[in-house]
This record gives sequence, structure tokens and C-alpha cells, in this order.
Amino acid sequence: METILFSLLNGVIYGLLLFMLSSGLTLIFSMMGILNFAHASFYMLGAYFAFSFTQVTSFWFALIFAPILVGLLGALVERWGLRSVHQHGHVAELLFTFGLAYLIDEVVKIVWGKNAVDYRVPESLDFPLFELFGAQYPAYRMFILVVAVGMLVALWYLLKRTRIGLIIQAALTHPHMVGHLGHNVPRIFMAVFGAGCALAGLAGVIGGNYLVTDPAMAAFMGPIVFVVVVIGGLGSLEGAFIASLLLGLLQTFAISIDANFSDFLGWAGVTATSELGSISISSLAPMLPFLLLVLILIVKPTGLMGDREV
Amino acid sequence: MSATEPMLKVEDLHAYYGKSHVLQGVDLEIMPGEVVALLGRNGVGRSTTAKAIMGEVAPQGRVTFKGQPISGMESHQIARLGLGYVPENRDIFPMMTVRENLILGIKNMRATGRWNIDDMLDMFPNLKTRADTLAGVLSGGEKQMLTICRTLMGDPDLVIIDEPTEGLAPKIVHQVGDLIATIAKAGVAILLVEQKLSIALRIADKVYVMGHGNIVYSGTPKEFLERDDVRREWLEV
Repeated sequence: METILFSLLNGVIYGLLLFMLSSGLTLIFSMMGILNFAHASFYMLGAYFAFSFTQVTSFWFALIFAPILVGLLGALVERWGLRSVHQHGHVAELLFTFGLAYLIDEVVKIVWGKNAVDYRVPESLDFPLFELFGAQYPAYRMFILVVAVGMLVALWYLLKRTRIGLIIQAALTHPHMVGHLGHNVPRIFMAVFGAGCALAGLAGVIGGNYLVTDPAMAAFMGPIVFVVVVIGGLGSLEGAFIASLLLGLLQTFAISIDANFSDFLGWAGVTATSELGSISISSLAPMLPFLLLVLILIVKPTGLMGDREV
Repeated sequence: MSATEPMLKVEDLHAYYGKSHVLQGVDLEIMPGEVVALLGRNGVGRSTTAKAIMGEVAPQGRVTFKGQPISGMESHQIARLGLGYVPENRDIFPMMTVRENLILGIKNMRATGRWNIDDMLDMFPNLKTRADTLAGVLSGGEKQMLTICRTLMGDPDLVIIDEPTEGLAPKIVHQVGDLIATIAKAGVAILLVEQKLSIALRIADKVYVMGHGNIVYSGTPKEFLERDDVRREWLEV
């Protein structure tokens, strides 16, 4: 029972972290029609900026200003990089973001080193929040949950309940018409790109100390975020939300299952000492997102909620 | 800009689709508050003229609005000068309500223009009863009304309306004609790109007829009605 409850909580938290990353990526995809390969690199920058801020100020300062800094950097990349590359087509844009991802990786290694940095959970949040079935649950995980839900509500409110949200939504699908109504579409695109990067940066700030802050974190998270966006449906925020939670729960539950193949295939004569029988279910966890990706592409190429084929 | 100077002036306008030379030196003028109809058979370049003025098709030549050259300007800059555009494809935002579509037409929430949302909804009972309906489910005529009203929310001084009655039932065509007449009464200049003579002659102060990518006739509706030769050669099918 406690395994199910804790896995559920951890899965939801991991899923919401994934949504923080994938929401920005899917907004940027809707807008420009390209997958931003460098998106997870902005997540990494968020974590590293937060680490540096916490060296001189507090975690709370980092929580606010690291995402803003990442967002500004993203806006600069759109204004002075992607916008110029845009006229040469999607392939050039894709290659640009690909190159940018490697560039950010190298810059991070040069500035912060090749090893993981000591970015820790702040002391004020480093305590057990409650105890269930004799196991303690860390307060910081609940903090991630609160920040992620807060972001989700703020994003929903901004997009669905404000005039600027209406303009953004209309610009995603009808950019020419929105321009003729007097709205500055290039500036909207720059703002959305910056905001998407800021959300990735926020995920880095609160995820970097929960997971690990090292130069490989972008390469680890990047493919999973792409899987989320494809499974959810390219350009669909609702789809990205469902897929994020699905993958978060799936991976967390798979890791928590203390069993191997022999437990399931014992009836077929597979023993715990055989090669197949000794494989643990938890070792399959990293593979599951990609298995799901392949299956989705075969069964429903538009993803769960999308209307565009990959 | 004085009342004696044209609000929109198009001089020697050329445009191409690939190697096709679609506009071959269009000249036209619209005075403040004037309603101008641009007539012609299908394929002569009427809509392309509208698109070239608005920058949707790369224009060559000189287009000035309120004395400022607008060729090469971004679409939002043109709109903010006071030039509204209602494209022929009734480009509503289908996943938003009628009211939200109208809100998107407002350029500046703090400025007060000639019209507000209630005025728009009062003018068209069909839209008022469906203010909170998704725009995607409206009929063709309602979508056309909404597209025009949405542009009016931006308080333009001149509106280019491209083929507003295309594909609409005769009764709806009449309603759209009434709407355009109402806009004209409020002092907004209009460039009406149309194929139907009835609606154009009912509300226009001046008529231009396009031939093969250029203007072949201009005059008042009264003068035009006396020119059977122009109608036969350039309009009748």
C-alpha cells in the first residue's frame, strides 16, 4: 500500500516536472513548427544559474531570478538567432537548435566543470513533511508539487482567461490574421519562446537539486521531453500534460516494482538464475518512454490529443 | 493629411506569383470616408491588389497610406496606422467564442474607438444571441459579419474588404451590404473588392474595373451605369 501511495506521489511530481519542460517545448512547436532541440539545455541552465545564485544569495532569489534569466536568454536566442535562420526553412532552424544544444553543453562544462555541482535542497525545505506507514516523505517534494501546480494554474489562466492569452493562441494558428488586427506577431513569438525557456529554467531550478545538476542532465531529460510531446500530440498542451503524468507514473511505478521476470514467467520454466529470469522489472523503467513512443507512432501518429502527424 | 489628399494611394503596383505577372501597374486612390468598389472578372487580380496593398503578396510599386509609404511594413504596423483588412477566406478564430474574436480585434484596450463590443452585437442580432458560441460553428454569413466586425473593433480609418459576399445566399448578401453601408455612414473609407455589381453600385462612391492586372475603367456608379461597353467587355460572363 505504501509503495503504491509513494510511487503515486513521486510519479505525479516527476510528471509535473516533465510537464514544466514539455509545455514550453510544445508551445514553441505550435508557434514555429519546429522542435527545439536545445529546450532541455535551458532546463540545465536554470539549474546551474540557481546553483550559482544560491552560492551568493538564497534559493528563493534563485527561484525567481534564474527562470527570468533563462527566459531572457531564450528571447535573445529567438530574436537574434532563430528569427534570422527562419527564412532558410525548418531544416536550418532544426540544425540551429541542435548546434545551440551542444554549444550550451560545452559552455556549462567550461564555466561549472564536467562533474556534478553541489546544488542542494534549501535547508528551510529539507525536513520530512509527514510520515506514512513508517516512511517519511520529504517536504521538498511537496514543494515541487506546489510550484508545478501553481505554474499549471498560472499558465492555464494566462492562456484561457486573459486577452494576451487569446492573442497568443490566435497567433499560434493564424499568425497572418493576428498581424492584420494590429498585434505584433514577431514580438509575441519572441515572448512565447522566452516564456517557454523560462518554464524549462524553472523546472531546472526545482528539479536540479531534486535530481542531479551535471552537464549530462540536458542529454538525459531531452529525449524524454520529446517523447512526452510526441505522445501527447505535437502542439497540444492538454496532450503534453496527460503524457507527462502518464510517463511520470509509468517510470516511477516500474522502478518501485521489486520483481524480476522469473516471478512472472515461472510457469513457463523461467528461473531466477536464467538470463531472462534475472532481469528486474525496474531495469526496464528507462526504456518504457521510448517503447511507448514507438507504439504510439504505430497506432496513433498524431499522439493522444494532437491533430498533426509527426 | 488634408481631406483633399487621398487616404490610400496606389501607383504603378506590380505583383508576381512565381513567373506570372499578375498585377501589371495598378493605380487607384481612395479619399477619406470614400467607398470605392474594385470590380472585375475572376482572375484579373482584384484580390491580389488587396493582398499586395496589405503586404500579403510582395508588392512592387508605390503604396502610401495617410501619406506614408507602407510597402515592406510589417502587417501590424500597417494595421496600427488605421488600415483594416478583411481577407476573402473569412479568417475567424474557430476555437474561440464570438466575443473573444471581437476582443482580439481591439488594438489598444485603453483607447476608445468608434465602436465597442456591445455596439457590434447590437447591430447583428444573430451575433448577439451567439456571443458565447464558438465561432467555428457559425454559418458562412455569420462568419463574414464577425470578420468585418472584428476588424471594426480596431477602429480603422479605411477597411479593405475582400469578396465579402462570395458563396452567400441572396438574403445574407443583402445583410452584409447593410453592414458595409453602416460602416460607411460612420465615416470609415472602404475599398470593397467585389464581383457582384448590385452591392457595389448600392454603396460605392467610385467604381474601378480591373482588366488584365490593371485598371481599365474608373468613374462614379452613375457614370458606370451608362457604360454598357465596359460592362460587356470587362464584367459580364
